[in-house]
Amino acid sequence: MSQTAQSQTVSDERVKEMSALRRALIRPELGGLVGTVAVFTFFLLFAFDSGMFSSQGVMNWSTVSAQFMIIAVGACLLMIAGEFDLSVGSMIGFSGMMIAILSVTLGWPVWLAIIVTFAMCIVIGALNGYIVIRTGLPSFIVTLAFLFILRGFTIYLPQTIERKTIISGVRDVAEGDWLAALFGGKILTGFFTWMGQAGLIETFERGTREGQPVVDGIPMLIVWAIILVIFGHILLTRTRFGNWIFASGGDAEAARNSGVPVSRVKILMFMFTAFCACVFATCQVMEFGSAGADRGLLKEFEAIIAVVIGGALLTGGYGSVIGAALGALIFGVVQQGLFFAGVESSLFRVFLGIILLFAVILNTYIRRLITGER
Amino acid sequence: MKSNLTKFLVGAAIAVAPMVAPTFATAEGERYVLVSHAPDSDSWWNTIKNGIALAGEQMGVEVEYRNPPTGDIADMARIVEQAAASAPNGIITTLADYDVLKGPIMDAVASGVDVIIMNTGTPEQAREVGALMYVGQPEYDAGLAAGMRAKDDGVTSFLCVNHAIQQPTVGERCQGFADGLGVELGESMLDSGTDPAEIKNRVMAYLNANPDTDGILTLGPVSADPTILALEENGMAGDIYFGTFDLGDEIVKGIKSGVIQWGIDQQPFLQAYLPVVIMTNYHRYGVLPGNNINSGPGFVTADALEMVEKFAGEYR
Repeated sequence: MSQTAQSQTVSDERVKEMSALRRALIRPELGGLVGTVAVFTFFLLFAFDSGMFSSQGVMNWSTVSAQFMIIAVGACLLMIAGEFDLSVGSMIGFSGMMIAILSVTLGWPVWLAIIVTFAMCIVIGALNGYIVIRTGLPSFIVTLAFLFILRGFTIYLPQTIERKTIISGVRDVAEGDWLAALFGGKILTGFFTWMGQAGLIETFERGTREGQPVVDGIPMLIVWAIILVIFGHILLTRTRFGNWIFASGGDAEAARNSGVPVSRVKILMFMFTAFCACVFATCQVMEFGSAGADRGLLKEFEAIIAVVIGGALLTGGYGSVIGAALGALIFGVVQQGLFFAGVESSLFRVFLGIILLFAVILNTYIRRLITGER
Repeated sequence: MKSNLTKFLVGAAIAVAPMVAPTFATAEGERYVLVSHAPDSDSWWNTIKNGIALAGEQMGVEVEYRNPPTGDIADMARIVEQAAASAPNGIITTLADYDVLKGPIMDAVASGVDVIIMNTGTPEQAREVGALMYVGQPEYDAGLAAGMRAKDDGVTSFLCVNHAIQQPTVGERCQGFADGLGVELGESMLDSGTDPAEIKNRVMAYLNANPDTDGILTLGPVSADPTILALEENGMAGDIYFGTFDLGDEIVKGIKSGVIQWGIDQQPFLQAYLPVVIMTNYHRYGVLPGNNINSGPGFVTADALEMVEKFAGEYR
């Protein structure tokens, strides 16, 4: 009896057997995937002819989703590592303002202003992480402090220097700058012009741009979002460092005992979150040509919401970048889609709240059902 | 079991109905979208919402109100883009930040959507983005009208209490007032800051140093309220000629008691109501006023207070 059993089980008895279907189902992306399909089905049914799926409409919700994605990737990795960053929104306002002050007010070349701002943001991110690690305080509190500190500087600096809270003229000084084009430019413009000429997408009906396509290229914002999602996904699932992120968020003490440099991982993730916020801000400043003291308000919550819809656990140790990206897509499509569907403006936030709650409950339910966790 | 299912379906239909209904309603009347820059917390815009609701009802058109929840102008630009993509007959929007909103508004105009600029912005900027017209209160003109009114009432010199020196458009009110009076602005404009105690002390100090000043202009409740206190303290209340921009509780009380001669209302109701009416008639009959429309200055004096108090926050 025992002899036959032994000869049959060639695999390691410590590894539990699992069917391929079940393995596919317990992925953290599943909830996000189901949600995405549901949301698109809903809007295809109720808002199909509202312009939401015209080229202009698609570009609109894609851009908004891409914005969410950029900050969601950072927030997702940080959350998996077991920490929060509530200073993301203020960081967006602060870094945008720094770029504007350095380039417009102080007259630095735009590429230098961007690089210095990125360096500054990453240092602030590291400081966030360092304080959290050294004091052992919850990151919730530490980054909440930075939410106020950074927002305060964002209002104080331009008011002191220029006596106003909006600094404009970035577009003019960024003209022809190589690094600025990397954030504010568009790609595939030739392809879109061709599509416009071939009648595949709508063109402007009047004015100086008559005949040009209404969508004239893919903004770099979307390219950045895709790059960051791919980078984050590979980092998390294909590298040793990715395992360290999971371990740090799952049980920091156990991870430390088995040799994972938990402090370094967490501080690096804070720096990466700050980097993502800075990418967001730079794209925004380059696109609109001005920086305002009120930019980025409440964006930290939007990032966290996207990540949670995407299936990550608020307690850390579980989640996926692809899921967060899908969460950002759902959030963007729902937010803009409700406008298209003609929902009364004051009720819009009610529907948004209900849909978010529904998505998260569904997510948790599916996960529990399949993994059997309590 | 079956009745439960029916109940569920009816329930679901009722729940979804308010979301779906407007989509079908677009088939009838024209559809307009008003995009503002105000955050949810700004109650001043309630008057605007009531204005478009009334206009929509009277004209038989559908008007939607959209705003960035936090007042983020970059989010507002996305809303303008979205509004354009939903192909309405027209968009009514503010020009809160010309740099940010210029692009999306020009794209909307180019894709065949008519635009009217309301509230914030200037007639020049409205023309540059290709809007049909501007409906609002040009600050200089409002100051000029106020200055001419004060001149008719016998004012010869004045103090302008400016609590928002960093906003050039607000400062134009003082310049207009000076030109209306026919005097040099010179040192008459006081940078008061925004702290109530400081404003009060600076106003009293100025009036001490310049005892022949016979008129005061304040630029809003922020500077008007402490100025009232200053005048009550130095005994000039009711004696000196006092006019102010915008309305507020203290200002209304001041007008009632005779401390303030008039308050200038920019009449937000008109900024919301008129664009809807104008655009609807433009789209139905092709008629369009040949000029920009000044929604203000509307002078509120003691005689008209009853109406103001009655409709405050609703239509005023």
